[in-house]
Amino acid sequence: MANQVLDRRVVTFGSAAAHGTRLGARRAEVRRVLRTIAIELVLLVLGIGMLLPFLWLITGSVKSEAQVFAWPPVWLPSPVQWENYPKALTILPFATFFRNTIFIAVLATAGTVVSSSLVAFAFARLRFPGRGPLFLLVLATMMLPGIVTMIPRFILFKHLGWVDTLRPLWVPDFFGSSFSIFLLRQFFLTLPVEMDEAARIDGASNWRIWATIAVPLSVPAVTTVAVFAFINSWNDFMGPLIYLNSMDKRTVSLGLAAFTGIYSAEYNLMMAASVSALLPVLAVFFFAQRLFVKGIVLSGMGGR
Amino acid sequence: MASSKLLRSERRDAYLMLLPWIVGFLIFTAGPMVASFVMIFMNWSLLTPPTWAGLQNLQFLVHDYYVPLALGNTAYYTFLEVPLHVAIALAVALLLNARVPFMGIHRTIFYLPTVTPIVATALLWGYVFNPQFGLANAVLGWFGIEPLRWLNDPATSKLSFVIMGLWGFGSGMVIFLAGLQGIPESLYEAAGLDGAGRWARFWHVTLPMITPMVFFNLVLGIIGSFQIFSSAYVITNGQGGPADSTLFFVLYLFRNGFQFFRMGYASALAWLLFLVIMAFTLLQLWLSKRWVYYEVDRGGLG
Repeated sequence: MANQVLDRRVVTFGSAAAHGTRLGARRAEVRRVLRTIAIELVLLVLGIGMLLPFLWLITGSVKSEAQVFAWPPVWLPSPVQWENYPKALTILPFATFFRNTIFIAVLATAGTVVSSSLVAFAFARLRFPGRGPLFLLVLATMMLPGIVTMIPRFILFKHLGWVDTLRPLWVPDFFGSSFSIFLLRQFFLTLPVEMDEAARIDGASNWRIWATIAVPLSVPAVTTVAVFAFINSWNDFMGPLIYLNSMDKRTVSLGLAAFTGIYSAEYNLMMAASVSALLPVLAVFFFAQRLFVKGIVLSGMGGR
Repeated sequence: MASSKLLRSERRDAYLMLLPWIVGFLIFTAGPMVASFVMIFMNWSLLTPPTWAGLQNLQFLVHDYYVPLALGNTAYYTFLEVPLHVAIALAVALLLNARVPFMGIHRTIFYLPTVTPIVATALLWGYVFNPQFGLANAVLGWFGIEPLRWLNDPATSKLSFVIMGLWGFGSGMVIFLAGLQGIPESLYEAAGLDGAGRWARFWHVTLPMITPMVFFNLVLGIIGSFQIFSSAYVITNGQGGPADSTLFFVLYLFRNGFQFFRMGYASALAWLLFLVIMAFTLLQLWLSKRWVYYEVDRGGLG
């Protein structure tokens, strides 16, 4: 029986609908609901499993020394030792660590956004010889293992006298990041050219178009780039490890790592410090979440 | 002529806008790559000026007992973690894509570990895997399994790192989600009209259309996993675990460069890893022609 209507239910439940009976359609509907419930259950169990370590982290951060070493493990600590937090954050100068980390992350983010959007705009909107090969080069550097440039970069910074300063951790970001350039270029390509042309007729320069049209219209992509840059900078460990020595220059990552040394047995303090390090990054992530994932979707859909 | 002047100014603007990346590329990428290659043939401790060493570093590398050991550790970890990572990411993305309620919350929960600072993750899992008080053995206890020594046992230490890595499957998952959402409905409708059931539609529409993402995740996953460092450094205090079982390659490299100050040798190690990674990437690229399906008129890049 030829069916003219491209109804999704018809397509999905071919056999049932072919009967043409309402009972068949309802049976298929029940099957679909059951399937959704089953999937939801699996996701729920998996989600709980993923969250267990976080729960462990949070409950552990307020445990007393005795309960940290309790077996079987205690899930609801009593007493709830909130003092772990100020204690953990003052045992080492975490205020300084946070200040340094924020400074680096903000600069790295700003640098990445500005430089990458500029470069991406050139690739997306301007014509010039070598555009194709140069973009391929940008992509190639995305796949370059960082390890092969690590040592000479260290030596370079050493010659500049920048070791044990914060500069090696944010200055390079002002020269564009391949991943960000790629993402922004893909997004710029989706912007209508007519707006550019209208602006050009009004005498706007390319720089003007970049600043007043391309970037403002690209909030999801720019936010994605910014959030990625911030989080990567905040979470970076190897960079600070190599470049920062003095206590007053260190970042939160290094501060946390110190808990494997002297205070390695103080799991509760270690957890409290970890939670403190986690919170800002989680806040940024949640704040930009919707735009964040939309940006990944855009990069995934564009040009592939 | 007006048009060529316009073209010239466009070109000039383009080069100016590209300048940051080009300068950065020369200073921070191309230059260092050349420099690190040259350094293979030198002895440089940074405390004294460099001296020419010829093939000394390479000779040492060939006889260095730790090189195959570290490579082996890293390969074990990579080839266990990456396929599992991609498989789990794909499976969960498929589940999430089935239009279940609370998709946003699930997606956030699964992505959370990726956003966590690597040091916090390492410390957390160090505690989770604690043989006496850790969550891992507690969970095993729920199923009546005997506790394991996890990170303290050379037999299970790398596995512990794999589990830690798999906890972050969210990073691959969001790529798959994006890819799945990009598959046109029309393909499914056409398949349905041809009488394809749910499984057939998955096998003949979803799977082929998602292979580019699988490839992408595999390639980047292998490149990334081969360079595992921070978590191992934090958990094993830079030592490389019980009996060198978690001495991953970059950890060994770091030791040579920043603890023994043998920059020349460290550069040789870096290039060795680079070549190994390149080899696997090229291999994947070559194999991809067999199994990756690209839509013909997708526009491509550049």
